[in-house]
Amino acid sequence: MLTTLLHQGLPQMAQGLLVTVGMGLQASIVGIVIGVLVGVGLLYLPAYVGWIFRVYVDVVRGLPPLVLIFSAYYLIPVSGINVSAFYSGVIALAFFSGAHFAEVVRGGIDSIPQTQTQAAKAIGLRFWPLMRWILLPQAVRRMVPPAINATVEVIKGTSLVSLIGVVELVLATQQFTGSTFIVIPAYGLAAIMYFAVNFSISRLGGVFEKRYAYLQY
Amino acid sequence: MFQAGGGYHFNWSIVIQHLPMLYDGLFLALKLAVVALFIGSVIGIAGAWARASKYRVVAAVFAAYVEFVRNVPLLVLVFFAYFALPIMGIKFLNNVASFEAAFIFYSGAYLTEVFRSGLAAIPEGYVQAAKAIGLTPLQRGRYIVLPVMFRIVLPALSNTFISLFKDTSIASAIGVKELTFGAVYLDVNFFRVIEAWSVVAAMYLVTAAILASLLRLLERRYAVIK
Repeated sequence: MLTTLLHQGLPQMAQGLLVTVGMGLQASIVGIVIGVLVGVGLLYLPAYVGWIFRVYVDVVRGLPPLVLIFSAYYLIPVSGINVSAFYSGVIALAFFSGAHFAEVVRGGIDSIPQTQTQAAKAIGLRFWPLMRWILLPQAVRRMVPPAINATVEVIKGTSLVSLIGVVELVLATQQFTGSTFIVIPAYGLAAIMYFAVNFSISRLGGVFEKRYAYLQY
Repeated sequence: MFQAGGGYHFNWSIVIQHLPMLYDGLFLALKLAVVALFIGSVIGIAGAWARASKYRVVAAVFAAYVEFVRNVPLLVLVFFAYFALPIMGIKFLNNVASFEAAFIFYSGAYLTEVFRSGLAAIPEGYVQAAKAIGLTPLQRGRYIVLPVMFRIVLPALSNTFISLFKDTSIASAIGVKELTFGAVYLDVNFFRVIEAWSVVAAMYLVTAAILASLLRLLERRYAVIK
């Protein structure tokens, strides 16, 4: 049983883990781009445009990620666009994490005292120099730990795309247990793989948190 | 390429016909979340107490439990409870029960963190004052620590409840007939893609919003007096 697990299960599941990590990374990167744009927009756009971003963030954060994934998978084809299951998962998770990253960015910038902005304006900085040289360097340090937590959520969220038929770690495990009936060790191995990836990422967040603990106002 | 306007014909009647099924699903989701919140809170209070205890082994076991659950997807826990536990001789009545078992295990870990931070936030002076007037450890827990802790954790507790409510959607993976299952059912059997998903999404959003505002009222009622 152990040899089957090692010789057949491990490669099969490692393949799945690669898909999981690949999807998590792609979704997180797109999510971070969305998050920065929306997060800055939430803070600085006038209310008559900003409310669209607010609605986006609140709606996505109010929905279960599984609903987003199913919706993307079933709704995108209705509009006539063909997207593979993998990419409808990436789109849904990018959309999902974008809202969470937006809140991280908004909170990070918002936590920098107003006096910093006032001082920057007093010495004549405009919006972009203010962002580039004053607010972002301080805020990014604040954002890193919660952003890493959000990334872990994305990687955990990729497990849900197994339900739309993407062979990532969970579905690879199910396929292995389905053909060999080795159930308990297989799920144990899957849990260990998820734990190894996510725990390393979380620890990285902890390191950054300690590294930037000196930033206090 | 874009033909949603012309190629797709809306037909709301099927979704309206099946609204009772969706309500049942919503109600089941809420029930699953409430049970997980209450039993998970019992685990959470015990876990918070264990993590603060002087017995290193007990504290380490609960720390490992929390870290494990926080870094493994709920779906894996649910599948483990549904497929693997029966082989080990732990059989559940039905898929709802096996989901709920995994879900309580999951919520217990998150609530351990919630109560641990609440316990840490109790001002030192309260406990010292309680000792000074001669309360026994049991009385200190019952009259000072627990009531203050509940007020402190209430906002975190309501956030946890709302995310538990959303997490119940994962029960559809093992065929529990909750809200997301209802949407998949309408989608797969009647091809009412847009109608099914928009109605179900709206139901999740409205329920979460109502819960959030009710819980805000409760939080205001029991806010910590500064």
